[in-house]
Amino acid sequence: MISKGISRDGVKKLAALARIKIEPEEEEKLAKDMEHILAYVNAIQEVSGTVESRGSEKVVNALREDTQPHEPGIHTEAILREVPKRKGDYIQVKKILS
Amino acid sequence: MIDLKTLTIKKAHDHLSKKDFTASDLAHAYVKEIQNKNPDINAYLETYADIDAQAKLADQKFEAGTAGILTGIPLAIKDNILIKGRIVSSASKMLQHYTGTYDATVISKLKEHAPVFLGRANMDEFAMGGSTENSAFGVTKNPWDTSRVSGGSSGGSAAAVAADMALAALGSDTGGSIRQPASFCGLVGFKPSYGAVSRHGLMAMASSLDQVGPIAKTAEDAELIFNAIRGKDRMDSTTLEIINNTTEAKKHFRIGVPFSFMDKGVDADVMKNFTDSLEALKKLGHEIVDIELPNIDHALAVYYILMPAEVSSNLARFDGVKYGLHKDGKDLLEEYLLSRKEGFGDEVRRRIILGTYVLSTGYYDAYYNKANIVRALLVRDFETAFENVDFVATPTSPIPAFKIGEKSADPLAMYLADIFTVSANITSLPAISVPSGFANREGKLLPLGIQFTAPFKHDDTLFTIGKLFEQSRVY
Repeated sequence: MISKGISRDGVKKLAALARIKIEPEEEEKLAKDMEHILAYVNAIQEVSGTVESRGSEKVVNALREDTQPHEPGIHTEAILREVPKRKGDYIQVKKILS
Repeated sequence: MIDLKTLTIKKAHDHLSKKDFTASDLAHAYVKEIQNKNPDINAYLETYADIDAQAKLADQKFEAGTAGILTGIPLAIKDNILIKGRIVSSASKMLQHYTGTYDATVISKLKEHAPVFLGRANMDEFAMGGSTENSAFGVTKNPWDTSRVSGGSSGGSAAAVAADMALAALGSDTGGSIRQPASFCGLVGFKPSYGAVSRHGLMAMASSLDQVGPIAKTAEDAELIFNAIRGKDRMDSTTLEIINNTTEAKKHFRIGVPFSFMDKGVDADVMKNFTDSLEALKKLGHEIVDIELPNIDHALAVYYILMPAEVSSNLARFDGVKYGLHKDGKDLLEEYLLSRKEGFGDEVRRRIILGTYVLSTGYYDAYYNKANIVRALLVRDFETAFENVDFVATPTSPIPAFKIGEKSADPLAMYLADIFTVSANITSLPAISVPSGFANREGKLLPLGIQFTAPFKHDDTLFTIGKLFEQSRVY
């Protein structure tokens, strides 16, 4: 399906999917920007070709040995120091289920 | 007084070896320039407090006879490359207070030489942009004309080197973010083959396109840094060991130019400078060949589909929970929504939403899948071209550095400045931008660059052609 543009409702839905709150006054501007960009990139629809998508066939996964990579706990403090809300060695979040 | 203007890494190393000056003297000379110029240029978001200690370490290496070519060399590091224990923000409010918890592989490789990291360089937020106007901490001005942009996204890295606030710098390049600012600031910028340099510790923007590389004054300086940071890394599964294949010392090359791709949209001064550069190359004995790259017209469209798609996935990790900015909300969902609204700037949000769109049900085939097919066609176009030529040459940017604010209201106009640089990222090929002259605007000289692209893994030949071209400079 090729886009003919995006409505304000469409922008609202995408922002929700992307977990970004946008203000009503931003919706129009974003819809317009998206419309211009999509009008430009739509040109690739004219290309005909049957080459298989390259995907990631060249990449070989790097696996570490299934052993203990380092002593437990040596990085804990450095990493938890960056957590906005913590309780001891736990990350604190709001309740999900009420 | 150390003459910073004409200093190169090689020259600095010779002086340091002969004890004409110490690494501490050199670091102090750069710190002084930073104090004088950075308040206006804004190339650095932070200069490090331990520059003296780093320089002393380098001096000890010279005393002990264990110094290498990069020992004591003052460098600027783009603000999306992690150094353990130092703030690294990607020029975003999201990570304004974030401290790196480990060294990026490129940093640990450099540290073996004991260079001096002067500070972290400004950039477009999360490397998204071509002017540093998207930095959450103010634009970086172009040292050649401070009413103009330094380019981007590695604009701080380029401006720091151009204004003698660093001898060289690291940048990252997803669609031209090393080469375009290097070209705007009169420097050499090098984007390695995909996989030549590890991205472990580089904040991911679009993972199938991102590479780390140098910005420097000469091709030789860029090569010295590239050789220090290249190589396979078990922390980045895409890395490759690339063997230097330039030993045959070829001196005359066949250079392909896709002339029909430059019919429109290229500034007249840029085109004139480019054809002058081709003439200079001919005089050196190189052959210029008109080539066709049948799908090149679509490279930018492919880029502006795949890149935002990958951006929307990579930036999903910023949720206000694990690290970075956090905003309180009534429940977890609202905390995500508010943290990402407050933490991300306009361009980042625009690209995340665009990426979400091209990956969404119903549009995935028409955009993401189609773009991957055209990407494969582009790879084939370049492979076919390289059967007959050693390099492909274009201007690096269709325009010289533009005025601050000139394009910031129109995202598409800004994107069009990437027209010549994105194809190297899409096709994984190595490419270099080398200074080629100037355009005169309102009495000011604005640097221009020529871009050479080489076959995959032929990174080293780009330094050969870069050095040859530097010697032919007509200006």
